[in-house]
Amino acid sequence: MSGFTTLLYKEVLRFWKVGFQTVAAPVLTAMLYLLIFSHVLESRVRVYDTVSYTAFLVPGLVMMSLLQNAFANSSSSLIQSKVTGNIVFVLLPPISYREFYGAYVLAAIVRGLVVGAGVLIATAWFAPLNFEQPLWVVVFAIIGGAVLGSLGVIAGIWADKFDQLAAFQNFLIMPLTFLSGVFYSIHSLPPFWQQVSHFNPVFYMIDGFRYGFFGRSDVSPWQSLAVVACCLGLLAALTLTMLKSGYKLRN
Amino acid sequence: MPPAIRVHQVAKRYGDVEALAGVDLEIADGEFFGLLGPNGAGKTTLISALAGLVRPDSGTLEVMGHDVQSDYRNARRMLGVVPQELVFDPFFSVRETLQIQAGYFGIAKSPARENWIDEILENLDLTSKAGANMRTLSGGMKRRVLVAQALVHRPPVIVLDEPTAGVDVELRQTLWQFIRRLNREGNTIVLTTHYLEEAESLCGRIAMLKAGRVVALDSTANLLRRCAGHSLRLRLAGGQPPPVLRERGEEKDGLWSIVFDRYEEIETLLAQLRNAGCTIDELEIGKPDLEDVFVSVMQGRLGAARP
Ligand SMILES: Nc1ncnc2c1ncn2[C@@H]1O[C@H](COP(=O)(O)OP(=O)(O)OP(=O)(O)O)[C@@H](O)[C@H]1O
Ligand SMILES: [Mg+2]
Repeated sequence: MSGFTTLLYKEVLRFWKVGFQTVAAPVLTAMLYLLIFSHVLESRVRVYDTVSYTAFLVPGLVMMSLLQNAFANSSSSLIQSKVTGNIVFVLLPPISYREFYGAYVLAAIVRGLVVGAGVLIATAWFAPLNFEQPLWVVVFAIIGGAVLGSLGVIAGIWADKFDQLAAFQNFLIMPLTFLSGVFYSIHSLPPFWQQVSHFNPVFYMIDGFRYGFFGRSDVSPWQSLAVVACCLGLLAALTLTMLKSGYKLRN
Repeated sequence: MPPAIRVHQVAKRYGDVEALAGVDLEIADGEFFGLLGPNGAGKTTLISALAGLVRPDSGTLEVMGHDVQSDYRNARRMLGVVPQELVFDPFFSVRETLQIQAGYFGIAKSPARENWIDEILENLDLTSKAGANMRTLSGGMKRRVLVAQALVHRPPVIVLDEPTAGVDVELRQTLWQFIRRLNREGNTIVLTTHYLEEAESLCGRIAMLKAGRVVALDSTANLLRRCAGHSLRLRLAGGQPPPVLRERGEEKDGLWSIVFDRYEEIETLLAQLRNAGCTIDELEIGKPDLEDVFVSVMQGRLGAARP
């Protein structure tokens, strides 16, 4: 077992041990969204001609929960370790900055996938789902989780206090995920807001993810993949540069 | 054979504070070394630089010949650090904590690893707490786990940053017994502590740090010798203190102390007092201890560094 696999194992074990908060709670939240929104909007909104609103909503909620929890995993683990000081246990061993990044991001993906699967299982009862193109589902789930996991690493390293992390979460992550077409198709927005949505990378994650279920989406899944993969590349480069320089961790 | 630790011209500033102002230090393989200095002297900063927790502004550090930056994997494998701050991961039990720490160093689960963990637990009197969650341990027990974590990958160089702060007498003794054994078995030990009698009895060589500089570096025996020497302390039954006391001695609450270098001097001193007609009420001979040395070094009264 290498330092990398141990760190990955420890990060997974960390959220699994408190699974009630880290898995069950977000699944419940997603179910509440589904109950309320589908109840209010089911009869009024029809997204694609063949897809009911509830069916449309389910993949969006799955992806939103996956992304938010991927972010929460790496960011909260890092800030807790920094504030309590036990981050030294990871900084003292011969673990490279690349392994450090890989372990935190992979654990974030795992948490995202576990929560996403939980939401899917819990909400799929309410609407018939088909998996038209399951490979897209998997690809967007993993890359999306990696993007938010990287953002979580950045936020966790940058923030010195819990309220700074909360600000990052409330003013960046929440708006990005809520205004991404989870609850609506952006085609139902006025043209200006449609344009704005195209600058939100989370929109492409959700749109591409949904394509895997319905074979329909607002933009081509290839375009979404390109945007999301570029985001991941940029964020990975930024995070690795931060980690390599030892920013806030080694000084 | 490279030295266990080599510190070359290491400097580190925090804003206006010069935490390390060009430190040079070499610690040979197998030494029991003391790093002393008042609060804020830079001890922890030096240890952090050695462990790669802090990047120095300039200078280089090596552990067993491995540069802590360019060859950090080997350097860190060779080094076990007990941090000064009482830190722990509240998610895990004592045994899990140690298993994870071993894993970080690439040591896979095996009977040998578990035996070593058991042995460490035993020696630090933690066996009964192996399954307990870290949160439920007392402060002293958490400190022991920190020591255990530093040893789990069997590092040849062990650095302990105030390992006995807040630890009861019994554990202090068990801890030193264990650390002494590790030192006998060939490990290099570096210790910082504010309990000077501890350093005096354990360390073969000592460096004293003040404001980021090494202000004394010598064997413990030499440091003790270089200090003011022995002192004769006495109290007079009454009457005027004779000239010899007023010239050579210092008085505090009626207790006179006269510093001397050789025991033969006592005879002359006592004769002079007798001739002056003094009656001695109380008398003792004080040996210099590390605290005297420390105080005189810090006040700048005693020798410069001899690196
Ligand atoms: N992260 C930091 N930011 C700013 N200043 C720091 C930081 N770490 C240490 N210092 C300063 O550097 C100096 C040396 O601190 P250091 O912790 O190395 O002292 P020390 O010898 O270990 O003291 P003590 O005996 O109290 O543990 C102090 O003046 C301290 O205030
Ligand atoms: Mg210190």
